[in-house]
Amino acid sequence: MGEAIVVTSGKGGVGKTTTSANLGTALALLGRKVCMVDTDIGLRNLDVVMGLENRIVYDLIDVAEGRCRLNQALVKDKRFEELYMLPAAQTKDKEDVSPEQVRKIVEDLKPDYDYVLIDCPAGIEHGFDNAVAGADQAIIVTTPENAAVRDADRVIGILEKRGFQSPKLIINRIRPNMLRSGDMLEIDDICQVLAIDLIGIVPDDELVIKAANLGEPTVMNPSSRAAIAYRNVARRMMGETVPLMQLEEKSSMFGRMKKFLGMG
Amino acid sequence: MSGKPAITIKGTKEGLVFLLDDQCDLALLLDELQAKLDKHEQQLTGPMVHVAVKLGARKLGDEDKERIRSAIRRQGNFLVQSVESDEAVDESSDAKPVLQTRTGIVRSGQTVEHDGHLLLMGDVNPGGTIVCTGDIYIMGALRGTAHAGCAGNENAIIAASLMTPTQLRIAEVISRPPEEWASAEPTMEYAFLRNGVMELDKLTHLQSSRKEVMHFKGV
Repeated sequence: MGEAIVVTSGKGGVGKTTTSANLGTALALLGRKVCMVDTDIGLRNLDVVMGLENRIVYDLIDVAEGRCRLNQALVKDKRFEELYMLPAAQTKDKEDVSPEQVRKIVEDLKPDYDYVLIDCPAGIEHGFDNAVAGADQAIIVTTPENAAVRDADRVIGILEKRGFQSPKLIINRIRPNMLRSGDMLEIDDICQVLAIDLIGIVPDDELVIKAANLGEPTVMNPSSRAAIAYRNVARRMMGETVPLMQLEEKSSMFGRMKKFLGMG
Repeated sequence: MSGKPAITIKGTKEGLVFLLDDQCDLALLLDELQAKLDKHEQQLTGPMVHVAVKLGARKLGDEDKERIRSAIRRQGNFLVQSVESDEAVDESSDAKPVLQTRTGIVRSGQTVEHDGHLLLMGDVNPGGTIVCTGDIYIMGALRGTAHAGCAGNENAIIAASLMTPTQLRIAEVISRPPEEWASAEPTMEYAFLRNGVMELDKLTHLQSSRKEVMHFKGV
């Protein structure tokens, strides 16, 4: 029996879909059987990020309304044998499916996979209810911006009310140079406000955008810092202890000497 | 039965007021009421008279009230207007409001409301609100909005381990840090009203403004 994990944030544009795609791929890379479920009905993106758009035949609503079997709607990834995706419908609305129907689908998926990753739409309305319905755990994605942290806090509050035990936090799109200059929220400050377990920090990386446009999750590219960060998150999800990524770029010999001497 | 009658009848502009003793037995009271009405039967004929029955501190159910009503109503010209107990002597207003303790984080979009004083073991995050008729004490960070003395108590205070609120309100006064004041203190602080203006001070100074007498054991 696998775990169903919802990836959510409240605010849009913080990287929920990117995180879902990359975590799913990273877990598959580590040999786990994964199914990703896109619940952003009407605005589906996960298939685009994964580069699987042209393989979609049926979607989540077709399954919910019994027009096809669950297995017919699942799209197998082109890179991994054991990575699947259940796409959202693009022509329908979020209200066209009920939380009960999504819960049923997720329950049906769980026995066959190690992880069921549910990509949640932005907002806290019906689409959020759908996404959260079948999930056992939650990963909250936020960025080091006040608005994103505020929304994350709101979502954590709602999840706690629904009985979620300790959601996990990913801080996405961190810019080390802005952190250094003090223009960005500190990671410690974010953790202090949200008061949940940090499961990963992901640096902002142009390669993520490039990869998403190519339909190739960043995780596949080992030279990307974001890829390493996502792989680390996947390993932590599997129970490994992996230290947080060092955000500072490799410092110069002089800098290291200064640090050694206690001047840095 | 002591010399004091269980029933006193007074005349007012509006009519008659029956003052019923609130200590004696109800059955005794009804007996005496009946006796009194029978005795004055002759006097009590004539134009309609409004009667207000005051039960004192005694609290009666509707059934018992009806028994009193019907006993009086038997006198044809009596119109019972009301059967009521004294306004509940509000014990809660005399007693100090109770301090309630709650644990947890008040997150964005959540509101905690409480009648009395509140001790929160946890944080109030930005977007979270805590509203209280009495004082608010927060063992944690106050980053959201706190409203103490919301029913109009200007003596209410807001204390927090870490005072970085979005907005503070005491009674009707609203204050927006850091435009009006900034907290640079690393110690625990509290907000209070002085002449209708919100001020912030170290918590150690609260004792002097409250002037509460404290007795400490020890040398």
